[in-house]
Amino acid sequence: MTVYILCFAVLLIGIYGVLVKRDLIKIILALGIMGYATNLMIILFAYRKGGHYPILEKGREVTAMVDPLPQALILTSIVIELGITAMLVALAIRLYQKYQTFDITKIRRLSG
Amino acid sequence: MILPFFVIIPLLAAFLIALISGDREDWAAILSILSVIILLVLSVYGFFALSETTSIYEMGGWQVGHWKLPVTILLVQDALSAFVLMVVSIIALAALIFAVQYIRHKNPTWKFYALFMLMVTGMNGVIITGDIFNLYVFMEIALFAAYALVAFGGQAEEYEAAFKYAVMGSISSTLILVGIGVLYSATSTLTIARIAELLPGLSPSLTYWVGGIFIAGFGLKAATMPFHAWLPDAHSSAPAPISAMLSGVLIKALGIYVLIRLFFNMFADYPVFKTIFLILGSISILIGSFLALGQWDFKRLLAYSSISQVGYILLGLGLGTYWGVLGAAFHLFNHALFKALLFLNAGSVEVALGTRNLKEMGKLNRIMPVTSATSMVASLSISGIPPFNGFFSKLIIIIAAVQAGLPFYALVAVVGSLLTLAYFMKVQRYGFYGEKIHDQVDTPIGYGMKTAMLLLAVLCIVTSLMVIPGVLEKTLDPIANVILNRAEYIHSVLGR
Repeated sequence: MTVYILCFAVLLIGIYGVLVKRDLIKIILALGIMGYATNLMIILFAYRKGGHYPILEKGREVTAMVDPLPQALILTSIVIELGITAMLVALAIRLYQKYQTFDITKIRRLSG
Repeated sequence: MILPFFVIIPLLAAFLIALISGDREDWAAILSILSVIILLVLSVYGFFALSETTSIYEMGGWQVGHWKLPVTILLVQDALSAFVLMVVSIIALAALIFAVQYIRHKNPTWKFYALFMLMVTGMNGVIITGDIFNLYVFMEIALFAAYALVAFGGQAEEYEAAFKYAVMGSISSTLILVGIGVLYSATSTLTIARIAELLPGLSPSLTYWVGGIFIAGFGLKAATMPFHAWLPDAHSSAPAPISAMLSGVLIKALGIYVLIRLFFNMFADYPVFKTIFLILGSISILIGSFLALGQWDFKRLLAYSSISQVGYILLGLGLGTYWGVLGAAFHLFNHALFKALLFLNAGSVEVALGTRNLKEMGKLNRIMPVTSATSMVASLSISGIPPFNGFFSKLIIIIAAVQAGLPFYALVAVVGSLLTLAYFMKVQRYGFYGEKIHDQVDTPIGYGMKTAMLLLAVLCIVTSLMVIPGVLEKTLDPIANVILNRAEYIHSVLGR
């Protein structure tokens, strides 16, 4: 139970960062933290206490195994997050070229 | 089996465009229009020929010798998904025909077409998948292309809008992934139909928690009222054909369609979700209309109007009756048609005169007859004037609200409709029939752009035939049945 609470705390840190920070790069980092917390949570769902790696070999009995499917899901979601982060960083660089700042309070030409 | 081709064709087109196009974008345009026409033919065939049945395709279920994978990913096509696929293909075709000449005035490059086809891939994937994690992956593909396309123009405002959209989209995607993880840990499966089968045996609090997370996540994609902040910026900053795609189909394929699939076909019938839909829908209708009323930027007005019209779809869904759901599905189609048309009108005015401000447009019905006439059709349609299609879908939703014993929500829908009429009268008065400001257009608009607008305008009138008894049973009736019949969905997908 403790690990889930810690995992939730990491998610809250990420949400706090997205909502409160005023720097584009810090917002991107906070989104990354939110993503890590989610991935960690799904990996924790798959964990079995004393479970083995889920590969069948000769000479090894089938005992309690860790669920392999969430690990595959996490790999996919990490790749997606990589793409989105690259996109956000590229946009942040272009925004810096246009406005000469990373401060979101100064980047507001759109309103209403 | 045609199901995998809805994903394969646009994905292949996106990669081929990247491979074969050099400096010129002609081949990219031809290839993308060709593949969207094939998709349109396939989806129309799927909707009219196969809508009574549910077709299943098992990805990874191929027979290799005597060995067959026990676990597969399902692709499911029933009346609802065939219908939304058809909407996506129609709008994509019109937007592409428009884009060929529009993008030559901006910065012509093959990257536009490659990203466009990637967005179509993502949307088609979301619509036909029967697996909840697969849905997440396709949703991210569509969103990734959408972020890039919003920033396509290269102006400061466009980067700003794209960054805002990307941050809010990522937050909602994270929430959705949390929900999927919780569902997997509770049911040990990712197939939507199997989850639907197992959920009634589990604690109701699981459904409430996951449902709440999904309403926040997919509600943000659909831009319902408390989650709408990204939409006016993103939809008004994007190039016009992309605005037509985003407002016309992206918010519906990624938001509304998934909400329908999850809350009507997956979760059991909890009245609290219906109430939430009703409340979110009415807030969206009223506040979206009021905000649209104050706008002078044509595209920004249309973006706020999208929020309000999506509210009608949610209201119809929240009623949960046969006619409410049918009206919602019909309004989904109609809104895609006339909102795409209006965004294309805004794009052609922008090309011709270089302005989006209604006050600077003036009397355009003399110098831009096609744009002016089609925008009139779309405005009458969206404000709900008979005999255009918007009238019938709004009427069905209002009558359904009265029949369901909820006259307050019917009143909300009527007031929203009057406000819609008000702000589109403003568009027509200042934009197309006001005082004369321009003697002639700066840049004449091309035939392709006119064709796309005329195509959508004709469809705005033709689709109102869908409510005629006899046609209704063929087109909208199977959709409403799929949405309302949860047990049938589980049965037809799992085959037991």
